[in-house]
Amino acid sequence: MANTPDYSWPPMEARKAMGQPIKRVDGPAKASGRARYSSDQNPPGLIFAVLKTCPYAHARVTNVDTGEAERTKGVLAVQVMSPAGTEIQWEGTEVVAVAAATEDIARDAAAKIKVAYEVLPHLVKEEDLAAAGSHAKAAGERMQGDPDKGFQEAEAISEGTYGIPMQSHVCLETHGEVAHWQGDQLMVWPSTQDVTRYAGTLSPNLKMPTTSIKVNMQYVGGGFGSKFGPDAWGEACAILSQKAGGRPVKLFLDRKTDQLIAGFRPSAFAHIKIGGKKDGTMTAWESKGWGTGGFPGGGSPPLPYILSDLPNRQNFTSVSVNTAASRAWRAPNNQQASLLTCSAIEDFAAQIGMDPIEVFKKNLQYAPKARQATYAYQFDKAAELANWKALWKPRGQNGAGPEKRGLGVGFNAWGGMGHNSNCKVSLYADGSVQVDIGTQDLGTGTRTVITQVAAETLGLPMSAIKLSIGTNELPPDAASGGSTTVGGVSSSTRKASVNALAKLYEAAAPALGAQPEELEAVDGHIRVKSAPTKSLTWQAACKKIPAGGVISEMGVTEQRSPGGLMGAGAAGVQIADVTVDIETGVVKINRYVAVQDCGLVINPRLAESQVLGAVIMGISTALYEQRVFDQQTGTMLNPDMEFYKLAGIDDVGEIVVHMDIRPENDKRGVIGLGEPPAIGICAAVSNAVANAIGVRVPNIPMTPDHVLNALEGRNG
Amino acid sequence: MSSNKHSELPEERKTGFSRRGFIRGVGIGGGALGTGLLERAATAAPGQANIVGPGPVPITLDINGKSVNLTVEPRVTLLDAMRDRLDLTGAKRVCDRGVCGSCTVIMNGKTVYACNVLAIDAQGKKIETIEGLAAPGQLHPVSAAFWENDAQQCGYCTPGFVMAAKGFLDENPNPTMEQVKHGLGGNLCRCGTYMGVRQAVLEAAKGIKQGGKNG
Repeated sequence: MANTPDYSWPPMEARKAMGQPIKRVDGPAKASGRARYSSDQNPPGLIFAVLKTCPYAHARVTNVDTGEAERTKGVLAVQVMSPAGTEIQWEGTEVVAVAAATEDIARDAAAKIKVAYEVLPHLVKEEDLAAAGSHAKAAGERMQGDPDKGFQEAEAISEGTYGIPMQSHVCLETHGEVAHWQGDQLMVWPSTQDVTRYAGTLSPNLKMPTTSIKVNMQYVGGGFGSKFGPDAWGEACAILSQKAGGRPVKLFLDRKTDQLIAGFRPSAFAHIKIGGKKDGTMTAWESKGWGTGGFPGGGSPPLPYILSDLPNRQNFTSVSVNTAASRAWRAPNNQQASLLTCSAIEDFAAQIGMDPIEVFKKNLQYAPKARQATYAYQFDKAAELANWKALWKPRGQNGAGPEKRGLGVGFNAWGGMGHNSNCKVSLYADGSVQVDIGTQDLGTGTRTVITQVAAETLGLPMSAIKLSIGTNELPPDAASGGSTTVGGVSSSTRKASVNALAKLYEAAAPALGAQPEELEAVDGHIRVKSAPTKSLTWQAACKKIPAGGVISEMGVTEQRSPGGLMGAGAAGVQIADVTVDIETGVVKINRYVAVQDCGLVINPRLAESQVLGAVIMGISTALYEQRVFDQQTGTMLNPDMEFYKLAGIDDVGEIVVHMDIRPENDKRGVIGLGEPPAIGICAAVSNAVANAIGVRVPNIPMTPDHVLNALEGRNG
Repeated sequence: MSSNKHSELPEERKTGFSRRGFIRGVGIGGGALGTGLLERAATAAPGQANIVGPGPVPITLDINGKSVNLTVEPRVTLLDAMRDRLDLTGAKRVCDRGVCGSCTVIMNGKTVYACNVLAIDAQGKKIETIEGLAAPGQLHPVSAAFWENDAQQCGYCTPGFVMAAKGFLDENPNPTMEQVKHGLGGNLCRCGTYMGVRQAVLEAAKGIKQGGKNG
């Protein structure tokens, strides 16, 4: 082809499959219980593995005696994962894996394993930085602009301490896999956000070429950033299968172990000082923050969030604690940054007696230039949808009775540029269409949007597209993380479909007496653009495919050259409307408004579901969630789902989603949506509670004890 | 934070309560722990304990109208028996402690958490799982309403929610929104599909009344 084909998206008003609220294509499989997750795989001869884990936060293994376990009837393989001499840095570390004919036998055998430890000193709590001692490492002071001048010019200064604790992903399907060692090949059914790279991560330790490891995952029961490569258990599961003579092994973490070792969101606390004018203009920011991402430390939220040009001085201290490492979770560091920043700004607004939305809008000059107008629009839109003008009252004016109503605001920003992606589109002589792409559908609707893009481009109904995803034998894609999937896969599918169509035009053109570039694919026909009556049905056109009977074309997307198909920079504003009972400390969500932009929206139904889901997850974290550790024993006290609380169907109030689908956003291409709406909820809820009760509850979650402590002035 | 040597577990943890250990100790009567069974267990006259196990015992289950024979240890839950032995994987094991509802099935017309019922105690009872709601390729009206209202993302909680919704609608054919929010409170979703679930259950109720069959 002489010229680069035109891959650009069809105009908004001309789209037929894209932009439509199409139901998810794998909905029936999921709603009928017939979708097979990796934890549902039961290949013939399957045996079950359980882990013996370390009960201490910090210890050295001095002896491992597996003798009795190995002699247990029904035990088929034992793999020591932390041999004598291993220094263990967190509770839940895998020490031995046991595979047996049934899970109960494996559990019995694990109980018979005798592990001796030298218990070492530990630190598992970080909220009190003074107690962290040598576990704390300050990053050093960073400065932008002239905060000293800003504080000198300030007419008012507000100060506060805010924080968000370690919180758990709680994927409903725990981390794990089924592995089947087949001599020179390994078959793996993992629970992962990264089908393409899973084999390459297993390969070096198993000393098996990546090409010999076949990965298949059709459904995953939640990931949220915590499920990429296999951990030590992934390798152990494969080795157990080998040791058991090639019997397939299922190893999924039990809930407790999943809570302990499979990731969490880093904590972040900060003492923040804001200076500003009485008209709401902020002039300076100073923050001293700290937090932990587990044993490796880490977690430094970008402050001040979004308003990053506000002159500032800041320091962040990373604390290493004896827990497993944190993992990405729907906007790493952003939920924390949004909470810290928005809380401090709301406190500043309360101090000068201004409406916080006016203060946010007054300071948008500190936000990235390209997004200032968007935020201004979104603050107004969110305020309108939340009935802010009528319902928002200054602190202390929220009712005389014990039930106080309050409103609070939070905002978000995220990149979301699509990742590298390869898609293959094959058109067969019988008219059937196959789309192959090595991605995965986390429940975000990836299957559905790929099918929509192919149907749109080829001028066919959704039902004409056969899609394969979820194995590493398909064209390699990338991990689903950072809200990068929808941009990547939609762009590569668009390109592959356009490329395949160009070949089909060449095959069909002679029969239509036209040049290939004069043709278009519309409503199941290939027709001449200037004379639409000159047309072939899709089936008839495909019969012209020359010998071999198939056109097969690739579409390649590279993140560094998005080509207008995908973009970056989502923005959103959210408002929480809550009622707080000051006698019981219980916080109830009345209504929640989320205004969100994500560029071109391929499927508004699924986009809305993403926002709703992000908001509900955020409300859950804002109201209930906290990993609780006991410094005395070093153990986590709630590694479960009874005392690690998640919001239920009656806990989340009413939620209003407004997708900011304006033409100027559509022009920016497809932008990821998993992350952005998940940011800002802790901020909005915390601000609403402060507005309702007149004092700041410093730390998430807004549990009754936190609320009552704040009301009693017991903030420590 | 002192450093000392321990062999195996500290003493207090050796005696730590575990559900499986407890159920094993109680034997067949342990089924009384099952959520939804507590009320009936309280009213039933305490009979002579039928001692079985601890080795595998043959049992017969009535699942989705079919009688199936299998051999399981008395401590095996209905959930694990279904998932590991019968390849009925619609019910999911999530919390494994009767909290989240992902393993919800209907037993003698009542919704129960299958992780809190022993397989041997499920004998003689009519068990309905999501696999029995509709033939492959077809959708039960409740499942269809879940699809229609996008009451699913990752979908791992969905089968449990569908069964809980079916059981709820069997008893409350004309629910209000408030009743739906209360009635489905025994199931948890992590992706945040509750708005869709609320609408789906209300819509399923309407659909069933208009001729769709909830059975």
